[in-house]
Amino acid sequence: MTKSFLARNPSVLAFLLCLALFTLGVTVLSEGLGLNLVSTSFVKTLGKTLCLCLAAIAMDLVWGYCGILSLGHFAFFGLGGYAIGMWLMYERTRLIVVDSLANAPLPPTEQEIADAIGTQIFGVVGSAEFPPVWAFAHSLPLQLVMVVLVPGVLALVFGWLAFRSRVTGVYLSILTQAMTLALSLYLFQNDSGLRGNNGLSGLQNLPGLADTPQSLVSLWFFWASALALALGYLLAAWVVSGKLGSVIRGIRDDEARVRFLGYPVETFKLFVFTLTAIIAAIAGALYYPQAGIINPAEIAPIASIYLAVWVAIGGRGRLYGAVIGAAFVSLLSTFFTGGQAPDLNLGVYTVKWVDWWLVLLGLSFVLVTLFAPKGIGGLFDLAAGIRSPNRRGADLGPDQGSFREKEAET
Amino acid sequence: MTQLLEVSGVSVSFDGFKAINNLSFSIGPAELRAIIGPNGAGKTTFMDIVTGKTRPDEGSVLWGEEHVSLLGLSENRIAQAGVGRKFQRPTVFEDQSVFDNLMMALKKPRGPLATLLFRPSEADVARVGELAREIGLADALTRKSGELSHGQKQWLEIGMLLAQEPRLLLVDEPAAGMTLAEREHTTDILVEAAKTRAVVVVEHDMEFVRRLNCKVTVLHEGSVLAEGSLDHVTANKDVIDVYLGRG
Ligand SMILES: Nc1ncnc2c1ncn2[C@@H]1O[C@H](COP(=O)(O)OP(=O)(O)OP(=O)(O)O)[C@@H](O)[C@H]1O
Ligand SMILES: [Mg+2]
Repeated sequence: MTKSFLARNPSVLAFLLCLALFTLGVTVLSEGLGLNLVSTSFVKTLGKTLCLCLAAIAMDLVWGYCGILSLGHFAFFGLGGYAIGMWLMYERTRLIVVDSLANAPLPPTEQEIADAIGTQIFGVVGSAEFPPVWAFAHSLPLQLVMVVLVPGVLALVFGWLAFRSRVTGVYLSILTQAMTLALSLYLFQNDSGLRGNNGLSGLQNLPGLADTPQSLVSLWFFWASALALALGYLLAAWVVSGKLGSVIRGIRDDEARVRFLGYPVETFKLFVFTLTAIIAAIAGALYYPQAGIINPAEIAPIASIYLAVWVAIGGRGRLYGAVIGAAFVSLLSTFFTGGQAPDLNLGVYTVKWVDWWLVLLGLSFVLVTLFAPKGIGGLFDLAAGIRSPNRRGADLGPDQGSFREKEAET
Repeated sequence: MTQLLEVSGVSVSFDGFKAINNLSFSIGPAELRAIIGPNGAGKTTFMDIVTGKTRPDEGSVLWGEEHVSLLGLSENRIAQAGVGRKFQRPTVFEDQSVFDNLMMALKKPRGPLATLLFRPSEADVARVGELAREIGLADALTRKSGELSHGQKQWLEIGMLLAQEPRLLLVDEPAAGMTLAEREHTTDILVEAAKTRAVVVVEHDMEFVRRLNCKVTVLHEGSVLAEGSLDHVTANKDVIDVYLGRG
């Protein structure tokens, strides 16, 4: 019991080392600071992937450990993105407006500036008024608080209602789908105050840093994402390593039994649900500035289902499994849907991966569920048990280079 | 001496079928009691009512010196109040080690934050070791409880029950699937536990009940048919008809 946390959890240390090496490697190879072998857009893809890995950790906590199959966690991810996007968009527009009004004969009043920003931002939805939800958009600290607060409160209220009435299993999953669908439909409306289906755009441009090249900005976000993933992983590992981990795994396996031990099961579920919603929101807040745009389609029900698929394929109930699943599947998905994969000519039929990727993904999901419920993470057990431990995962056969290979060593 | 638990006039029906019918039962703070009765007599349902799993249609369940009503309290509140329960089918957390199972059951604050920040002290670890010795699992602390034999799981569950330090233990068929030697050990544990708290044991096996050497309550069709020493109830004609007459 006296050993330190990392000593008791060697896989955490291994993961952090791999992540650090990976971050260093990408930096050295990057366009912005290094050998110019990795393009800025690919740095962004990798940065976004790290954010998705963080969201997958949240999903693994809530589903793999606590047994709540939430199919709505991407709603929290999206809300985090919206919250940071509002400040990015407001502040950048304000700087542009102030700049352009600087040459006016009379110095512009506060009201004029606010009106001009409103026109700029809300012109596309035929309005110039700031809706009440933008009340804090002028302030970065306040909006950062919103990143955590809005998804956190939504998760708290939703979870309280759902868990209190003891909704479980597939009914809960449907309810979470309904939540993310309702939110997405609401945001699609122009009068939701978040620019309807246009969403928020231009998020890759940091206010006041117009002269900083994207090759550098992309690296900053990449580092921030790696740091967030590392901290998120540590937090999740710490949470599940202690007695709370025992209790939530107990809830997953037999929640009635946990109740008879005296633990308030509903409160534990609410705690985990809200905590993971906040982790997902932070991941989203780092993701969308790299994506550059967020719109309501991002939080469509299917997005949350993907999250569950990643975790299932990676191996739920182990944190590195979630990370591997998210990284592997989302990178592969980028590869196939981005048109980079060569078509497969079968003679009678040519398989176009853009069309067939989803079928392949769906099929792998079914196969993993049926035949390898431990997912990719199960290979580690196999390797540890059958082969000599230091050869672990060496032949995982990565499609997207080093990332997977390094991950495999955790 | 006031009673620890007083159940009076309780009835519950499932889809019109009366599983418990005007049942009254009480037990003192340090007493061992056996409940016997044929299959479907309502023994498990009785435990469900006391532990808050099933809400009765009528009647009252009063607890402790203050006579607090347990009806309307959630399962976890009742457990925190001091009612521990062992299920008919052994239910331990199979994916977790014996140590973790016991540590989870150990009497400590049950809120999420307290649980998150909990780190076992030397005394806690020692207590878990002591419990493990008591239930014969001292060598199996690090094994996953899913690997244990049926009888060992039963013991682990009893150990978890003791770790909770409840004032009332409800034990549903503890000896099922145990060898003779294991049964004797189980009897010892229960008799020992009943010195400081109330213990209610549901059991089919007459030999086991005889070794417990305590007052017996016979349930039949959801109400009490007879109560008294084992010899007393087994001499009762109604009991012979409905229960012993079958076997
Ligand atoms: N949730 C339920 N819904 C419907 N009927 C139930 C339910 N729970 C119990 N019953 C019925 O109530 C009656 C009493 O069941 P109970 O499980 O209490 O019997 P028991 O005395 O524990 O029997 P056994 O010795 O087989 O364990 C049975 O006829 C059972 O079918
Ligand atoms: Mg029963």
